[in-house]
Amino acid sequence: MTGTLTQAPTTELTPDALLDAYRTMRTIREFEERVHEEFATGAIPGFVHLYAGEEASATGVCSHLDNRDAIASTHRGHGHCIAKGVDIMGMMAEIFGRSTGSCRGKGGSMHIADLSKGMLGANGIVGGGPPLICGRALASKIKGDGGVAVAFFGDGASNQGTTLESLNLASIWNLPAIFVAENNGYAESTSSTWSVATDDIADRAAAFGMPGVIVDGFDFFAVHEAASEAVARAREGGGPTLIEVKFTRYFGHFEGDQQLYRADEVRNARENLDCLKVFRTRVTDAGQLTGDQLDQVDREVATAIDAAVEAAKAAPKPGPDDLLTDVYVSY
Amino acid sequence: MARSITYREAINEAIAQEMARDERVIVMGEDNAGGAGAPGEEDAWGGVLGVTKGLYGKFPGRVLDTPISESAFIGAAVGAATGGLRPVVELMFIDFMGVCFDQIFNQAAKFRYMFGGKALTPVVVRTMWGAGLRAAAQHSQSLLPVFTHIPGLKVAAPSNPYDAKGLLIASIRDDDPVIFAEHKKLYDMAGEVPEESYAIPFGEANIVREGGDVTVVAIGRMVNTALEAADELASSGIEVEIIDPRTTSPLDTDTILESVENTGRLVVVDESNPRCSLATDIAALAAQEVFGALRAPIQQVTGPHTPVPFADSLEDLFIPDATRIAAAVKTVVDYAR
Repeated sequence: MTGTLTQAPTTELTPDALLDAYRTMRTIREFEERVHEEFATGAIPGFVHLYAGEEASATGVCSHLDNRDAIASTHRGHGHCIAKGVDIMGMMAEIFGRSTGSCRGKGGSMHIADLSKGMLGANGIVGGGPPLICGRALASKIKGDGGVAVAFFGDGASNQGTTLESLNLASIWNLPAIFVAENNGYAESTSSTWSVATDDIADRAAAFGMPGVIVDGFDFFAVHEAASEAVARAREGGGPTLIEVKFTRYFGHFEGDQQLYRADEVRNARENLDCLKVFRTRVTDAGQLTGDQLDQVDREVATAIDAAVEAAKAAPKPGPDDLLTDVYVSY
Repeated sequence: MARSITYREAINEAIAQEMARDERVIVMGEDNAGGAGAPGEEDAWGGVLGVTKGLYGKFPGRVLDTPISESAFIGAAVGAATGGLRPVVELMFIDFMGVCFDQIFNQAAKFRYMFGGKALTPVVVRTMWGAGLRAAAQHSQSLLPVFTHIPGLKVAAPSNPYDAKGLLIASIRDDDPVIFAEHKKLYDMAGEVPEESYAIPFGEANIVREGGDVTVVAIGRMVNTALEAADELASSGIEVEIIDPRTTSPLDTDTILESVENTGRLVVVDESNPRCSLATDIAALAAQEVFGALRAPIQQVTGPHTPVPFADSLEDLFIPDATRIAAAVKTVVDYAR
């Protein structure tokens, strides 16, 4: 039941849809590159895990979703947030620990959420999201609102019991759920070729009675097509799908990771496989968009990220009054 | 004459009334319908001790059996709660928190605060607790102190059928995650329970017996054991005031402290293990807040610092009984500086 998609067609998307997808991917890249720079200056506290290199996954999947639909994310969650429509001003402020942040400075990078957008949170617990997504899918099924729910998780979480239990539960309850295993090759510093017992994570789908598909995670169109099928199946009552997206992350596990466990794969990926470069080549070669159109998006995104960083730095931190709010009682 | 039903029936009735009132309420858990995949609902268990029996037929599609995958289905209840439902999910024994605790304390309990007040998780985890069924070490624990420790969780531990119904209705209507702890030795306890729906507010202790000599704070089943002790003590002229907090989180500290100020003596009774427990917590509260009123050192009556043993001769020693409670009360009454 495991299939592979690599060279999906580009023609089914309108120029506007293509521009939207490019803008989302470029926003994620610019956001993460900028957070990388700011973290290095000491301006950002705590733990930060960057999504650069993986943009095609969040964008390709979330381009099929609307406000009925929910996603759960991971500790590497900025890209999922942006792709699901969370405001980048609030996100940047949250990462800087400011009161104007998405979670008023109480969550931070690993817990950015916006329930109004169906973004059920980045999640600091590896494998924390898949059970929650079963519940969101169940709620949509019971309410009959046509919504689907998507759990993004990594190769590390693919070995968590929560994930495996959730695959089984989604299958026996026939839930409108999609499980997206983002295999970037490493759980922290441990290679997935060592930690995952099967050749591919998608192979595990068969054990839970659902289709499994492998896609090239640098290719937006491949992800988009695989997600299209999975979302359609879920909306039509056909049950869950496991999609394995394979790619490389451009930065370390967290900011500050010296990455001694891997050599030149990032340089090769950035130069030869990069999802933004691949996208640009495909759509300009096909005559669907021009280089000028894409350059214009690049400039607009850079300006927006500048504004988000500037606003975050200028925003106040939460104060003593905020410590005890948003919990039912204080003793 | 008022109607009398059991603790088990009171819980079932609370769920049924809330399901009828609010279509967002669903029930899920292992065997909660029972016999999923089998031909008829007459075979349905309604949970391992039959607490949810009959709901499956009354509310088609809203009582779900689950596989034995506590992480997945407790987490699914949490996720469904963020998606507009109000799930009542059964964790068969509280001891099984060990296989699903992340979804309870890192997910459900944290969402509201961690997401800046923008997420609510109205989920109720019904779970069976306590010693006394010879169920041995992995099916007999209290563990209420563990849940009470976690900010963002509410914890209810009803000691009688009336409270069970009213507290469960309040739990289902609450927007925060609630651990609803049902004592397994109380399921067959009968008591007066109104047929109409009612909610007992959280954080309001019940003074189940008034008395001026000693304050006894007892949790869950121990309230009933403390009442036995109080009857015995009254015959020797000692009047005990028994306080049932009903919810350990939030805890009604005011009622406890006012009583201790009146009596000057405190005994705390809980079958949990003794360290970092409800007993130590309530004792510390009184020592800190009303030290000047205390006329004797506070006494704690708890289980020992051991797993719950199997043999009846040992389990009976583990569980605080009326004799031990009465002895503790006499100790504080007889204390002289």
